[in-house]
Amino acid sequence: MDIDVSQIRQTFVAESAELLQELENSLLILEGSPEDTDTIHSLFRAVHTIKGSAGVLGMEAVEKFAHAVESLLSKVRESSLHITKDIVALLLECRDHMAVLVDLSAAASASMPEDVAGQEMILIDRLRSMSPQALSGDLMGGEHGRAAQKHVPAGLERGEEGAAVKGTVEGCHTPQPPEGQSVPETRTDAWHISLRFSREILKNGMDPITLINYLHRLGAVVNLTSIFDSMPGAADMDPECCYLGLEIDLKTDAGKKKIDDAFEFIRNDATVHILAPHSRVESFKELIKSLPEDPVLLGEILLRGGTLTSSELKDALRTQDVEARSEGAASKRFIGEILVSEGAVYPEVVDAALEKQKKNQMFKSREISTLRIDASKLDTLVTLVGELVISSASIDQHSNRIQDPWLKESASLMLRLVEEVRESSMRLRMVPIGETFSRFNRVVRDLGMESGKDIRIVISGGDTELDKTVVEKINDPLMHIVRNAIDHGIETPAVRRESGKPEKATIRLDAYHDAGCIVIEVSDDGRGLDRDKIMQKAVSIGMASPGQLLPDNEIYGLIFKPGFSTADEVTKLSGRGVGMDVVKRNVEALRGTVEVKSKEGAGAAVVIRLPLTLAIIDGFMVGLDNSLYVMPLDMVVECVELGEADRHASSRRNYVNLRGEILPYLRLREIFDAHGDAPRYEHVVVVKYAGQKIGLVVDELLGEVQTVIKSLGRIYRDLQGISGATILGSGQVALILDVPRLVQAVQREAAASPA
Amino acid sequence: MGTSAIVNTTQYLTFKLGDEVFALDISQVREVLDFTTVTKVPRTPEFMRGVINLRGSVVPIVDMRLKFGMSKTEKTVNTCMIIVEIVLDGERLIVGALADSVQEVIELDPGQIEPPPRIGTKLNTEFIRGMGKRDENFIIILEVDKIFSTDELQIVHDMKGQEQGQAS
Repeated sequence: MDIDVSQIRQTFVAESAELLQELENSLLILEGSPEDTDTIHSLFRAVHTIKGSAGVLGMEAVEKFAHAVESLLSKVRESSLHITKDIVALLLECRDHMAVLVDLSAAASASMPEDVAGQEMILIDRLRSMSPQALSGDLMGGEHGRAAQKHVPAGLERGEEGAAVKGTVEGCHTPQPPEGQSVPETRTDAWHISLRFSREILKNGMDPITLINYLHRLGAVVNLTSIFDSMPGAADMDPECCYLGLEIDLKTDAGKKKIDDAFEFIRNDATVHILAPHSRVESFKELIKSLPEDPVLLGEILLRGGTLTSSELKDALRTQDVEARSEGAASKRFIGEILVSEGAVYPEVVDAALEKQKKNQMFKSREISTLRIDASKLDTLVTLVGELVISSASIDQHSNRIQDPWLKESASLMLRLVEEVRESSMRLRMVPIGETFSRFNRVVRDLGMESGKDIRIVISGGDTELDKTVVEKINDPLMHIVRNAIDHGIETPAVRRESGKPEKATIRLDAYHDAGCIVIEVSDDGRGLDRDKIMQKAVSIGMASPGQLLPDNEIYGLIFKPGFSTADEVTKLSGRGVGMDVVKRNVEALRGTVEVKSKEGAGAAVVIRLPLTLAIIDGFMVGLDNSLYVMPLDMVVECVELGEADRHASSRRNYVNLRGEILPYLRLREIFDAHGDAPRYEHVVVVKYAGQKIGLVVDELLGEVQTVIKSLGRIYRDLQGISGATILGSGQVALILDVPRLVQAVQREAAASPA
Repeated sequence: MGTSAIVNTTQYLTFKLGDEVFALDISQVREVLDFTTVTKVPRTPEFMRGVINLRGSVVPIVDMRLKFGMSKTEKTVNTCMIIVEIVLDGERLIVGALADSVQEVIELDPGQIEPPPRIGTKLNTEFIRGMGKRDENFIIILEVDKIFSTDELQIVHDMKGQEQGQAS
């Protein structure tokens, strides 16, 4: 089979990243509620899965380390170790280390850099010290099993083969076995093997004795009973036939499969039943629970758990099949029942497996609900749907022209369907921002500890959905903002106490929809921005002149200028004056805006507004001098006519009285330098963004349209005020207005030339 | 990029801007269209005539006459849009160029092409790949990537500066 290993590795890396994230989340939850068993289980599962996949891919470093972590976690799971803050802290570090290892392994680098290796040594030592009794052998992989095996096969050295077996056989009939162990105890701890040989076995060249010798190699045969009920009278007995049956108790660390393998050669000549030791029932149950989540067939679960061998399963299935056929489907016995009745497994183990099966089925249905696909495939789909929207709009136009009722009917039905397809295909790209937010749990925790501040984080609006590319790109800006808030905004507990605030500071992350935008807000209840200090700094570096009076938002806006920092000293977190500048640039690259609100002594909030950046929007179309423009419909508040009086006054002032409110407006004619004559009646489209209203004066109002946003391409990249183009049903191109940027650009130009 | 770069390509599409005959490497030409409605994009320099709908894609159209210092292209029956594929900073772009009329596809041997003259043309020599000679006439072979290079399109910014200047 030809498998693209690099692709599998990629999948592994992606999966591990998710699992590590899950790990981190679980750990942070545990920090708050250490007794949460569900979380402990999911923690364990995450590590276990990483270990498993790493093992399959031969990433030993990851596997080994994950194993070490898993060992500690299993102690936690068994409740022999209780979660403390120290353990969480250590496990968080282990998580980070695992992330490093995954990256290294993914890059297929053969050797571990020294610092990583050193870190691993330290972490393993610490893991060991956390659970001293647990880690003697367990930590270092399979050594535990191997070591244990060494002191088991005791009986083998005794004399020549035949004698040894004989001795053991004889010994078994006495109540006290030679080793001096009591029988019941031995029984509970040993595998029970029941053998019934066929008569032909000797003729086929098989000697049961060699078999028993082989069992000696696996472990110690502690009890052996010969069964000869089928032995006929001496007269009828054929000395070349075997009438023997054996009941063997075998003490071994080998798994069921391994024991079963011993009987591989006599499979056709004997009936073999292997029953696990009673003491292992618990461990089987445990094992079954921890199995990966894929098989949903009971037999398969038991098989994986090692309680059942594949031949036993096959037999049972055959029995089930035969019974079903003979008794009719109604009385079909469950496979579990058959297995118990045939003595292949213990009922308790079957129960555990059944429970697991139930869980797996649930898991499976959940699993189907997510699907990993290549983002480019999605983009193609979205583009195609876009084309479909355009062509269906054109069909609609034509059907209106032709006025055929049948055509109209089917066109409107199609239009509705296309609309639905459009909506659901758009939703494909949308992901909730919650995952990005939840990463800040860790950031806030770590930074808070580092800076000696007691901070909690409150997250809301995590299920607000954003375009995936936006979600990816918003992470860095958010990081800067949060760091800034912790470093500059939040005071030390002592200071907070003095100013009568609770010692525990709060950082809030919130996301919500507002007028066609997604708003992401990061707020803190720290000291807020220091107006005077910012002003001072601005004057000292020549960004403002002394004594200049600036409105608050402009002063706060200064912190987004490159190189601006009010921190007196450069700390590890921030103060170099690059952070907020980067935030602004990144947010603007997403066509968003960012502003700061602050109340001295009470806290600051950074508000990021992002467009939905969907490829398709509901738009409102206007006409201006033979050209068509579209603006996002959800920005439009209302449309009013530009009155004669206002129009005449437009050379002197640029606002109208909107029901007693001052509405500033822009004449697109002037801004866009339109040549044609203005029509008799112009219209004002009132748009709202970032909490302010502004009017746009246009020639014509053309109503709602559905538009597919097309990029204008690289050539128009730096154009301000037009965010793209769209093709209408008629084939005409309309331009999409980017109102906030247009207003910004106009304001800037006005500021640059105070005419 | 001298004459050496065109050793292997021998076919050129010729077109007229005014009386002058120009040529484009045919491997960069995607198609030739009739002059249709162009939507002007506001706040851009005049030689950027606007955008058209090319089977669902938005393609910018450049007025070559304006670009080369002639008067604006007027619409006639012969006016065409030559759709070319250019590489701009390593990115492939589709751009349309207006031409007064499209002539024919000709073959030129490397030997028939001379390097651009240093002086004697109103055109920026950067835009010229070479001078093809055919029946005693010279054909200006354009370096299409250069014409649309970022520096040239930088005018989009300068234009804004100009506007600001005018406003004050």
